[in-house]
Formats: sequence, C-alpha cells, structure tokens
Amino acid sequence: MMNCQKSTQLLSESQERHLSLKEKILLKTHVMMCSGCRNFGEQMKSLRELSRAYAKGVNGDALEDKDSGNTGAKPKT
Amino acid sequence: MQKKAATPTHAESSTDLTDPVFLKELRITMMKFAILQLSDEHLAEDAVQEALIGALKNAGSFNRRAALKTWVFAILKNKITDILRKRQNLVAASRLSHDDNGDEMQETLFDRKGLWKTEERPIAWSQPAEAVKNEHFWRVFDSCLNGLPENLARVFMMRELLELESNEICETLNISTSNLHVMLYRARLRLRDCLENNWFLGEK
Repeated sequence: MMNCQKSTQLLSESQERHLSLKEKILLKTHVMMCSGCRNFGEQMKSLRELSRAYAKGVNGDALEDKDSGNTGAKPKT
Repeated sequence: MQKKAATPTHAESSTDLTDPVFLKELRITMMKFAILQLSDEHLAEDAVQEALIGALKNAGSFNRRAALKTWVFAILKNKITDILRKRQNLVAASRLSHDDNGDEMQETLFDRKGLWKTEERPIAWSQPAEAVKNEHFWRVFDSCLNGLPENLARVFMMRELLELESNEICETLNISTSNLHVMLYRARLRLRDCLENNWFLGEK
C-alpha cells in the first residue's frame, strides 16, 4: 500500500530515473486521492525550473555585478 | 557518433570557456557552491579562480558542455578539499563527510503511517513562474538552499544547478545511485518545505 512518504520518494526519483509500470500505477492511484502529494509532484517540477533559473543567474547579476564595473556581458532577454 | 574535435568548433557549440555568457553563468554557480562549502567569500573566490585557470588550459578538448562542467567542477571540488585540509578545519571536514540527516525531517513531516501531517501537507503554489521576477523570492531561495545540510546541498546543486546526470554525480562523489536518490529526496523535501513556509504560504 502506497503512503505519502513512499509516494513523494517516487515523485522525487522520477526526476532521475524511469519508474516501473507497477510504481507508476501505485503512484497514480495514490496521487489521485491525495492533494498533498499531488501538490508535491507539481512542486518538484517548479523546484527544477526555479533551480535552473537560479543557476542561470536571473538573480546572479545582482550578486555578481554589484560593484565590479561593467563586464560587457549582458544577459539575453 | 560525432568525432571528438581537438579544437572547439565555432558552429553552434558555444560550450567552451571563451563564451563569455557561458563562462559567467558557470562562474556564478561555482561561486555559490564554493561559498556554501567554505563559508568564506575570499577563499571561495580564490578556489573558483584557480579552478577556472586550470580548466582553461584544456578547454579546447571538450566539445560537450556537460562534460566540461563536470570537469571544471571536479577541479573546484579538489581545490575546496585542499583549502579545507590546509585550514585543518576538522569541523568542516567532518561536516563534509557526515551523511546522516533527513530522518528527523521525515518524522516531522509524516505521521507513523507515512501520511502527511495535516499542518505539513503541501499546498498548491500560486504562480511559481512569477516568483522568478521577484528579488525577495531569490533571497528566500538563497537562504533555503544555504540552510540545507552541506552534503545534501552539494548533491542538489550538482543535479539541479549544474544539471549533471546521476551517473556523473555518483562517479564524482563516489556514492551509489540509491544513495544519491535518497539524498536528493531529502534535499527536495527540505527545500520545498522551506520555500513553502517562507514564500508561498505568505503569498496566499
């Protein structure tokens, strides 16, 4: 029987590996009934997107160029 | 299979260290990583600088961005280890290898049946894409990331910021795949909890 702990673990792992058919079915059944895990699944995708934006320096400009003159490299819009 | 070129092709592969945009992005990520490990901006700056100089010597032999990143990152990791050793900072060194944190977090979040505790159940984040434009959000993100235990922060950054593949991370850190999965899971549990409590709950 799938619980939230196991389900969130699979939701995390699915970002690194393909889940087996059995895992997929168990997960889907659980997530259908559990809003918390459903939200968690969405958040895993958001977390990935946000992390990439973070790494690309969306805010890095502030961190990097604060007081070191203009480097000439402007971020693309 | 593409033949590996000795010199970078100028076509569309802006993967080398002479591309200022790529170099800048890489440097920012390296700095964040180094500061996290060393807790000292000057030492971090030196480590990143040295790693990049070392990397530039052979930059031409890489024609895949991911490979180059892995390699630069491996150099940086060595520099950091050296610095930590020189400092004889036993506390930091033991923190680097310490690998047992997360279970108490899971006890906080889940009940004995492994179900979300009512007050911990994840909410629907409203407009995460909008948060990107908010400077305050990035400060929250920064502090959440810095609040992770170091070993978890390291694997999370390698996976999600450096975008390394699982096997590359396992090889670099010499850990098993299942170990990596557990650590990433723990990191994500904490990070999403922190972001929700410090940003998305307040947005409502």
